[in-house]
Amino acid sequence: MIKFMWAAYIATWLIHIGYLLYLTVRAKRIRQEAEDLKR
Amino acid sequence: MKNAFVVFALATLALLSYGLYMALVVAPTEATMGDVQRIFYYHVPNAWAAFLCFAINAVASIWYLLKRGLKSDAIALASAEVGVVFCTIVLITGPIWAKPVWGIWWTWDARLTSTLVLWLIYVAYLMLRRFSSSGRAPVLAAVLAVFGFFDVPFVYLSIRIFRTQHPQPVMGGGENSGLDPVMAHAFLWNLVAFTFYALLVIWMRYRLQIAEQAVEEAHAERALGERA
Repeated sequence: MIKFMWAAYIATWLIHIGYLLYLTVRAKRIRQEAEDLKR
Repeated sequence: MKNAFVVFALATLALLSYGLYMALVVAPTEATMGDVQRIFYYHVPNAWAAFLCFAINAVASIWYLLKRGLKSDAIALASAEVGVVFCTIVLITGPIWAKPVWGIWWTWDARLTSTLVLWLIYVAYLMLRRFSSSGRAPVLAAVLAVFGFFDVPFVYLSIRIFRTQHPQPVMGGGENSGLDPVMAHAFLWNLVAFTFYALLVIWMRYRLQIAEQAVEEAHAERALGERA
């Protein structure tokens, strides 16, 4: 039973952290693009 | 603005940590289901956060249809994307909870089906925003969002209207509903924590969208300058 509980908690945080990483990568890319445009 | 963001992020992290502690350590083990019932402290707050995101998306979409502002469009897109993330978690943690308790991963009852439809509506919204080459995509998406939001109250009320495999509401569900006070405390902490987290991530996604709009504009201006 407890393995299902852990699976749900781990899945929740894997998805949330994965999405945060995706946002971070996109933000870095757009910041770089904005700096390139200024040059 | 940056300081406000950092303070908000730290407050959210503290709330999420305390919520996790309450859910896993403080809340008592439920008599019938055992430890697997602790999924409740994440499953329901994530569902609530998804509803909140879709409500913000609906309000921003109506605002966009009325005023055609770039900011309202950015809020609408940000909240829809974050809402899909929360709704995905609901659709994953639900079956993980269902398997040991019901003996099946999925059943086509009103609550589960309407939640899947809700997820599909907002995935369609994001697809429309991402892949449509038409300049009217934000308007079409805003209309879809306004109509799509009608599924949210349906999802919420489905377990009250229909006889479903999904349990009846444990809070505010009538005479036999209710939670142990410690369980209710753990649940409310997580509800607040995930509300903060949803708002924080919408804020992050909104800022990214505004930055992307600015870069797009700069590209367009540069292209016009080169042509002239």
